[in-house]
Order: sequence, then structure tokens, then C-alpha cells
Amino acid sequence: MKPAGPAAGKREWSKLVELLERFARGDLEAFEALFQQFQGEVYGWVLRIVRDRGAAEDLTIETFWRIYRAHARFDPSRGFGPWARRIASNLAVDYLKRARSELPLVEDCLAARPPDAALRRELRDGIELAFRSLPAKLKVVAILGLVEERSQEEIAEALGMSVGAVKSRMFRAVRALRRSLVRLGIEP
Amino acid sequence: MNEHERERTIELLKGVVRPVEDGGLSGDLWPRMLRRMEEGPMRVPWFDWALAGLVVLLLLLYPGLIPRVLYHL
Repeated sequence: MKPAGPAAGKREWSKLVELLERFARGDLEAFEALFQQFQGEVYGWVLRIVRDRGAAEDLTIETFWRIYRAHARFDPSRGFGPWARRIASNLAVDYLKRARSELPLVEDCLAARPPDAALRRELRDGIELAFRSLPAKLKVVAILGLVEERSQEEIAEALGMSVGAVKSRMFRAVRALRRSLVRLGIEP
Repeated sequence: MNEHERERTIELLKGVVRPVEDGGLSGDLWPRMLRRMEEGPMRVPWFDWALAGLVVLLLLLYPGLIPRVLYHL
């Protein structure tokens, strides 16, 4: 296969810029094209945070609905992906706040890969309980940073905060988890 | 919390909460997107406004609750 040269790359880029400009003017076809291009990426990101496929689909729709409504404020010179991810992250965090005690950890997305069998049942329940009780703003950072092992820079960009704030929240999340476990009588 | 305790807590967390396996979307969401666009903006039910008013009133009466509420936001 012939590799795409710089000219092809430039053409692709100018096509995308044109699409973004049309979207910013409120063109529905351009919005659909962007939706088709980014729906999978947005869904995947939201799924990592909310860990529920149904909720991730609903939130993906809601993300694009907000994007559509905000088209006039969109700056085509900035990327569409990061903007969409920021909106999706905010919605996912709101979802975590509402569904604090119902966040599925194992039952839904993780059925294919059961948790470490060596962990005692009591310990596992304790960790789940402690994790569920984390405030949403700490939980999201713990999920993305510790479980999904996303970079701090990526998390910071998606959540609209500094890398320092991400580090601080990650530290606080681990400390809160540990305190909860100790309160439950589990000494990690 | 020392470094060992921190590492141990993270290890335990990772033992229970595993990364999501993203199998991709089950189908194209565009038809649902079109339906959502037809519905228009969601209206906030009157009950939510009443609840928000109650929370504000409580915070005015008991300002000591403010840091706790902020922590959980």
C-alpha cells in the first residue's frame, strides 16, 4: 500500500478544518459527520468513568446534544476531540455524583475479567464500599489515574484542571480510601 | 500515610476495580441523537427547584454545613 504523503495529510487536515467551520456555523450535516467520527471515542472515554454501558451511551448522546447547542461558541482553530472530551467528562462526573452508591464496579463491564480471586471476599467488599463512598471528584481521578492508568496530563485536560490538582486529588483519593478501609476494620 | 501504605492501598484498589474493556458501541447512536434533538432542552422539574431552595435555606440557617457540602460536590 502506498503511504499517504504530506500532501494527502494536508488535504485531510483542510477537510477537517472546513468541517469544523461548517459545524460552527450550525450546519447539521457537518455535525453528523463529526458525530460519526467522534461518537466511539466519546463513548469509550465516558464508559471508563461511569463503568456502565447504558449510562455511557446516554451520556454520549447528552454530550453531543450540548456540543450541538454550543456550536456558535466553538472555535474551529482548537481541536474538536479535546472539547468533546471536556464536556463528556463534566457530564460523567455529574452522573457519578447522582449515582454515587450504584456505580457498578464488577457486575457490568468487568464480567469478562473477574477481580483478583486471591482477595478475600470481606476485603473486596470493603474496598468496593470504600471506593463507592468516595466523592465524585476524587473517584473520577482515581478511576482514570489509578485504574485506567491514564496520564495526569490527559486527565487534567479532560477535567479542565492543572496537573498539580490532579496529583493532589489522586493523593486525597488514596488517603480517603485508606481511611475508609481502616474505619471498616480492614488494615491494608 | 507512608509510601508503602499508599502503594498497598493502590494495589488493593486495582485488585478489585479493573480497567473497563471497551468493546465499542453496540450500534450507531445517530438515530437516538436525532430523537434527542427533536426533544429539545430538558426542563428542570419544579420539585428540583424546590429542593435547591431548601438546600440554600438550610445552608443559610446552618453555615457550618457549607464546608461539608463543598467537599462532597
